[in-house]
Amino acid sequence: MTSTYVKDPTPATAPPEQPDNRARRPLARRVVDWLTAFCFTLPALLLFGALVLAPILYALYVSLFNWGGFGAPSDYAGLDNYSRLLQDPVFLGDLWRGLLLVLFSVCVQLPFALGMAVLLNQKLRGRALYRMLFFAPYVLSEVITGVLFSMIFAPDDGLADKALGSVGLDGLGGLWFADQDHVLATLFLVMTWKYFGFHMMLYLAGLQGIPAELHDAARIDGAGPWQRFRHITLPLLGPTLRISVFLSVIGAIQLFDLVWVVTQGGPDHHSETMAVTMFQFGFKRYQMGYASAISIAMFLISLVFALAYQRAVLRRDTEGALTTMRASR
Amino acid sequence: MPAFDRAASAPGAASSAFSRRRFLGTASAAGLGAAGLSACSDSGSTTDSQGRTVVEWWNIQTTEPSKSVWPERAKAFEAEHPDVRIKLVTLENDAYKSKMTALTSSGKLPDIYHTWGGGVLQQQIDAGLVEDLTSSVSSLADTFVPASVKPYQFDGKTYAVPVDIGAVGFWYNKALFAKAGIKAPPATWADYLDTVKKLKSAGITPIALAGKEKWPGMYYWAYLAMRVTGVDGMQKAADAKDFTGDDFVKAGEHLKELVALEPFQKGFLGAAYSTPNGEAALMGNGKAAMELMGQWAPVVQADSGKGIGKDLGFFPFPAVAGGKGTVTDVFGGGGGYALRKGAPEAAVDFLKFFLTAESDRILVSKGSMMPVVKDATSALTDPNLRLVSDILGKATGFQLYLDQAYPPAVGQEINDSVAALIAGSKSAEQVARSVTQVAKSQ
Repeated sequence: MTSTYVKDPTPATAPPEQPDNRARRPLARRVVDWLTAFCFTLPALLLFGALVLAPILYALYVSLFNWGGFGAPSDYAGLDNYSRLLQDPVFLGDLWRGLLLVLFSVCVQLPFALGMAVLLNQKLRGRALYRMLFFAPYVLSEVITGVLFSMIFAPDDGLADKALGSVGLDGLGGLWFADQDHVLATLFLVMTWKYFGFHMMLYLAGLQGIPAELHDAARIDGAGPWQRFRHITLPLLGPTLRISVFLSVIGAIQLFDLVWVVTQGGPDHHSETMAVTMFQFGFKRYQMGYASAISIAMFLISLVFALAYQRAVLRRDTEGALTTMRASR
Repeated sequence: MPAFDRAASAPGAASSAFSRRRFLGTASAAGLGAAGLSACSDSGSTTDSQGRTVVEWWNIQTTEPSKSVWPERAKAFEAEHPDVRIKLVTLENDAYKSKMTALTSSGKLPDIYHTWGGGVLQQQIDAGLVEDLTSSVSSLADTFVPASVKPYQFDGKTYAVPVDIGAVGFWYNKALFAKAGIKAPPATWADYLDTVKKLKSAGITPIALAGKEKWPGMYYWAYLAMRVTGVDGMQKAADAKDFTGDDFVKAGEHLKELVALEPFQKGFLGAAYSTPNGEAALMGNGKAAMELMGQWAPVVQADSGKGIGKDLGFFPFPAVAGGKGTVTDVFGGGGGYALRKGAPEAAVDFLKFFLTAESDRILVSKGSMMPVVKDATSALTDPNLRLVSDILGKATGFQLYLDQAYPPAVGQEINDSVAALIAGSKSAEQVARSVTQVAKSQ
């Protein structure tokens, strides 16, 4: 709605001869312009090509071979690695667990972060301290988090079981990471602890950008807290929410270090993610071809999601930004 | 890079600036002709600026005490052989492995290098990179503890000398065994299951197991397979890449019998080996009655727990009734030194010097190695390690750790599917089948 407001006057004020001017410039001049632009982007393009595109293409190439990592790949396997992928119960399980983690993140972790952000956006004694405390886990390294929580959730001797026991809730304690049925939920608990602070910070930044006048006006019109949240805060926080969902989903798809430290994917693959499976095959079994196929699958899933999300969800945010830029010129 | 270090001096050739760039020289040697560059060729030896033969010795001794014992031995050899310089290259375990992977594919190995034997050494031998030591160290052959040489012998030829050797067996808490009224360690699998039941009914956790790490669980399957099919049966299965035989299924079923008794600690599927609440700590704190582990177990128990001192005992893996293997067949592994093809004569001399009984006694008493030379056994004073050394000395058969004996993918598949069997999601047949499937695909 802001964008339409800005967009309307654009045709009237922008000088109409400008695009024509550009078209009328001599060809030689345009070629020079184009070359200049190319020369300036060349270093970035070279770096991007060497550090991003080349490894992806190489992984794609390797994924067509049975290759143990010695010498050059020679045992061509066609798409065998990919058809094996689709029959591998561990990989299919990875997909299922990935989906669960994404759903949990979006439906539980993010609303929780939003709630905390809204609470901490109010005038409150010690607000800065709370913000810092909730953000602190995000700064902690994944490995330290992993080691910390594998001690906390140690059966019987861990802090979690001791704390539950001391208030008479022994029944709630359990095997945590050691139980096939509970390992994923426990892991998600740790993920939430670790990452919600980051999303909370994003939301807080977004909340600061919402003018207080809007809330004041709504209050004068008699809107209650829920109505103000639903009709002012939520819509104006839209761009932040959409980016945060995007980051959360991509993070869940690529989850590795936390899982590797805490469970190595166990017990019996019940907490394994795609990245863990890839590591197992690449660096434990030296089946580089199959591991590359997994990494390509991960890449495609992330790519398809990113593109679809850009087109379907993020487009209006970026469009708005572009319109504003054009208008301000 | 070794090419850099070899620097100085092909006799009478080139400026020093050129020799610092020897690796370029090597690349263009063919074009320039061999004359002044003979020292570059793969088979020749390298000499330093004082004309001494340089022998590169790649080892993994990054921790004390062996970290300082190794250079001392090198100095001692140099004192006896003024024309030789031993150049130590010491790398951390994992760094060493990845470096060696790169060197193997480039076809150039160090003069003397650490090896665990088994599949990896065989790969290097097949690529023609390893010196056959059968005749050059034949004078030593009879002095070694027989089991210690096994990992480096292929088709009757010896490709490395041992420097350390160890074995896996049951470490148990004598006090807890006594509390459960168990008089003697079990000698058969049936006895063993009985022992577990007795411990359990006395309210003691019978076995500590690091389920998260998978390899400790694999030891049970490997030993059961050895007891049922024998060391020869293991070799036959490895050669045929077929583990689906009845014997391997039976091994899995025996393990199932044990798992059915629920002998492991609470939450064992998530337990690590050496963390403060892992397998070794449980043993070290006297909270579990036994673990199946290698000769390093007492040290790790004392390190991650308190250690149980005199209460610690050791017994070999029990025999399985009707099995082809005997209770004296040993599962284990160690470390040794191999030479690259065409290594200088001085390298062989050094190995002979390093592994005299006198020298090995120093490695045992000062470097905390297990004795590999029979006459050095007396230097071992630690009572626990003497027990391990005893079963190695009497070993009738020897099976190298499966993840070293077999290609990495097969070793990992065994770890993975045995872990699944212990967790209850795979049957004995499924384990045998999935291991075979991976073995055949290699």
